[in-house]
Amino acid sequence: MGASVLAAFLTLSASAAPLTYTLTPIRIAEDTYVFEGTREHFTRANGGNILNPGFIVTGDGVLVFQTGPSRKFGEALRAAIATVTAQPIRKVFVSNLHPDYWLGNQAFADVPIAALPGTIEGIRREGEGIAGNMYRLIGDWMRGTEPVPPTEPAYGSTVVYGRHRLRLIPLEGHTDADLAVLDETTGVLFAGGVVFCDRTPTTPHADVAKWLAELDALEALEVRTLVPNHGRVRNDKACIAQTRDWLTWLDRTLRDSVEAGLDMTEALELPIPERFAGLGVLREEYRRSVAHLWPKIEQAALPRVK
Amino acid sequence: MRTILALLLVLAVAPAAAQDDPFGSPMWEVLRGEYFGTAPVVFDGRVAVTAPASAENVFAVPVAVDARGLEGVREIVLLADLNPFPLVLRFRPDAAAPFVATRIKVQQATAVRGAALTADGVWHVGGALVDAAGGGCAAPAQAYAEKDWAQHVGEVQARAWAPGPAGTTRVRLRIRHPQDTGLVAGIPAYFIEELALTGDDGRVLGRLQTGEPVAENPVFTLELHPGATRAVRLRGRDNQAGEIDATIPLPWVGREG
Repeated sequence: MGASVLAAFLTLSASAAPLTYTLTPIRIAEDTYVFEGTREHFTRANGGNILNPGFIVTGDGVLVFQTGPSRKFGEALRAAIATVTAQPIRKVFVSNLHPDYWLGNQAFADVPIAALPGTIEGIRREGEGIAGNMYRLIGDWMRGTEPVPPTEPAYGSTVVYGRHRLRLIPLEGHTDADLAVLDETTGVLFAGGVVFCDRTPTTPHADVAKWLAELDALEALEVRTLVPNHGRVRNDKACIAQTRDWLTWLDRTLRDSVEAGLDMTEALELPIPERFAGLGVLREEYRRSVAHLWPKIEQAALPRVK
Repeated sequence: MRTILALLLVLAVAPAAAQDDPFGSPMWEVLRGEYFGTAPVVFDGRVAVTAPASAENVFAVPVAVDARGLEGVREIVLLADLNPFPLVLRFRPDAAAPFVATRIKVQQATAVRGAALTADGVWHVGGALVDAAGGGCAAPAQAYAEKDWAQHVGEVQARAWAPGPAGTTRVRLRIRHPQDTGLVAGIPAYFIEELALTGDDGRVLGRLQTGEPVAENPVFTLELHPGATRAVRLRGRDNQAGEIDATIPLPWVGREG
């Protein structure tokens, strides 16, 4: 009796405790660290910690890739970086406009935050709505979060910071502006949202044909370690093929279904091949993709009648 | 005596009235009175409503109502409880299966219901809950980003599929229309109100009465019994008297003959 009251009390006090992200840096290459998020969608339980932000301790300051889904995450990220190195943050790179790449920007307001011009435009245009939706999805984890657009444009180029030579690669397909960064010194590719690994790709701003071309571009690079923003970090390029396989199946399936006369509601329930069973958030993300991609495919498949 | 009669009547309808709304919607009792009056209403799993649990795009949430599990359906009503305009559409399947699918705007998380009226005067209600970020009914149409949108209002794209095992002819149609709800300042309500599908012999196949929540550029999927007709005529009008008139060919009809 006494024990159960105590247990109930402990449960209550645990749920009232302040929300905190536990971020543990994992060393994946020389000077290079990643924080691995869960392979889930945004929830109030995970606080939006579903991404793999990373950093490089270059010898000339720290380069950070993605700032996370909330102000609180950005602050926890910065604090976790400080446990590894005393070097100052030199620059932040944001790979695209999706919420978990940049809503932690407030914690890096004193340093340059770089993104492709298309990403900056997209965040200026959609940032308020993106932030508002995140408040709905993860709730109190968002407290104090304001949309802060990146502060400087990044372009396709090769840049050197300390011991590291980086290639900034502007791409489009997953969104209108996707920044991939290859560290030529270590062979680490920060692929952003272009590659998903054991996690179903997301398509809210996708052009599938262009995305497949992006994957070809990344496949041609010399990569030793691939860091997708969502899913597992691997020491090979296997997940480029996995992402391509998923996108190809998705596009083909939706096109065939439109052609066969299926309604959009019927498409939501189509079977997904067994080989994708290991991808996180599979059915939910598939349904979101139907919402994103179906209307355009359907429109193109309906002839004009008089 | 009259009191006793009234009491008896109350008792007679009480079982239905006491049936709890499975969706716990705060609007249900109001909507029930408004759309079904005193007619008997039962929650019935044979009216299947398919919609995503979470609305990815609040301007176009796919919804299907399938009452093919019921005999003799006279009318289908589609409602979104918490929309500023709950009535999405009414469908009379004159010579069609009791099935209708479309895409709707959702203003906030809501129950979406399909109600099917059977010949005995009973409304059979099914539904689904749709979570949503909100605002779907209170934004300008995307069409206004295109300069020439007005020249295309009322254009129809459509296709019919040869009958499958169920014996019905599936028809999908898409009509270009801004479908303004009237809730955006300075943009008056402008939406399609009526659509009718007929055979080339004039036989009515199905009639739709549509409201503000039907998504911009409405898409409908229906299952028709067109008989020997070689084409389906679609006619309709919007609330500003704009006409819709198109003919959907059934290319396989009469091929063998």
